[in-house]
Amino acid sequence: MDELKILSPCGILGYGFPKESFINGINRKPNVIAVDAGSTDAGPHKLGAGVGIVSERAVKKDLNLILTAGFELNIPVIIGSAGGAGAKPHVEWTMKIVREVVQEKQLKFKTAIIYSDVQKDYIREKMKENKILPLGPVPELSEEKLKITKSIVGQIGCEPIIEALQNGATLVVAGRTYDPAVFAALPIMHGFDPGLSYHLGKILECGALCAEPGTTKDCIIGYIRKDHFVVEPLNEKRKCYTTSVAAHTLYEKDHPYLLHGPGIQLDLSQCVFEQYGDGLVKVSGSKLIKPEKYRIKLEGSAQVGYRTLIIAGVRDPIMIDSIEEIKKEVEEQVRAYFDDIPGEDYRIIYHTYGKNGVMGMLEPVDTACHELGLVLEVVAKTQELANTICAAVRSTMLHFPYKGRKATAGNLAFLYSPSDIEFGPVYKFTVYHLVDVEDPCELARFEYLEL
Amino acid sequence: MNKTDSLYNMAKVLRSKNSGPFELTFDVIFDNPAYYELVKRSDVINRETICRLYGLKPEDISHLVFYDPALAVKITIKRPVDSGSVGDTDVYGAQQHAPLMSLQVPLEG
Repeated sequence: MDELKILSPCGILGYGFPKESFINGINRKPNVIAVDAGSTDAGPHKLGAGVGIVSERAVKKDLNLILTAGFELNIPVIIGSAGGAGAKPHVEWTMKIVREVVQEKQLKFKTAIIYSDVQKDYIREKMKENKILPLGPVPELSEEKLKITKSIVGQIGCEPIIEALQNGATLVVAGRTYDPAVFAALPIMHGFDPGLSYHLGKILECGALCAEPGTTKDCIIGYIRKDHFVVEPLNEKRKCYTTSVAAHTLYEKDHPYLLHGPGIQLDLSQCVFEQYGDGLVKVSGSKLIKPEKYRIKLEGSAQVGYRTLIIAGVRDPIMIDSIEEIKKEVEEQVRAYFDDIPGEDYRIIYHTYGKNGVMGMLEPVDTACHELGLVLEVVAKTQELANTICAAVRSTMLHFPYKGRKATAGNLAFLYSPSDIEFGPVYKFTVYHLVDVEDPCELARFEYLEL
Repeated sequence: MNKTDSLYNMAKVLRSKNSGPFELTFDVIFDNPAYYELVKRSDVINRETICRLYGLKPEDISHLVFYDPALAVKITIKRPVDSGSVGDTDVYGAQQHAPLMSLQVPLEG
């Protein structure tokens, strides 16, 4: 085999893509359709709450096209990080939609489901053996943290997907997966260079984001050959340039040319990006280094409280001038009034849009705009407490008699009635660690079924 | 007087984004190799500059690396608050790049 063609319909399953682009892709007779469905980008909420960030209807719309094409071309379809965070509820949610599509379109797949949920006892054992390491600027994992953690997944590499494909799966629905692995699995299985395979996977994982104009909501195809790969956008409105493809190589990674994944390190320092005809880019020189130990990233999320928030504007220039003192004094008054509640049971957070709402502590500019958007946020142990404190912050700030005030009717322009918005549970990543595994498939649990 | 231009004018891409939930990464990518070389040689983008622009301590910067094949420089810093946690203000980390835009680069070496 001299070449494999890998079709990536979009950046996240459920983001959607133009049908025409997809048909262009299908006309190029791809050997596999692969799509990533998740990310930690949207924060810890998805994993903790077991929900996704795309709608069921949108996923179904995408799967209608993808599964039908996969079945008709008789090529495998691979979905990674199913349902957004790739834990069991996310995989099951995806499978429910897959079943509907298969039934309605009368398709047939030998399906492999790969769960990658991780049990706490497994982690406890690994902790004893010193085989759990923080990933980046993350605190050591403690029993206390583990105890409150709701859901933990391991980010699998291409090996479990290859195992599923070798067992004859024509549809692979995997839990949390290293994004590039869904694209790299088939080429690696067929003996293509793993460095090129993973690098191509990295480029394809966001759909047409590596093209110009870039978007995650359009299709792209990759051609892997012996010593290089080529990427081609499938919409005539987009073109790949060496700069856009190189730019995507660095995207969301901590280092520009040393990329880490499950059981791999990519060294892209010697890569060559070349323009390959109009709108296509050729890449060579990507190298894969197998680290001594096979390490898998673990992600775990815990509920840390409940949130209530209020959105309000401020236009009075005197108030804007003294906003910092007002925020401080309002908090002091609220805390003094509720001196019967332990102070650590809640946090009051002010987001001041028009001043430093976006960058917070990183903001170097200290001047405020002529109007401010305030988000008054309270996170507390219970929803009731969050509601209580937030209401007190609101009423205190609304009538706070700041120095020089002439607008004595009220200090806040509420956006909504009612003003207080009950947000519900709030989560945090408590596990973001690496685990040493003996076997790349150690965290994968396979289930095969005929659909 | 030495002429300067802003990093924003010279770069093709200037962005920030999460690199995992605990780090933020900035990419400055050029399509003009001459500009890339100027920026690289000028040493305008260094750890001190980043610390000054973002109010950081040197140990908050995990990487500052020039990558010639992509005409790019990448800076990765520790997030002040992890993505989506209580107190975070930019869950995807995609709007933290603005202070870099007005950095002035000398046009003659």
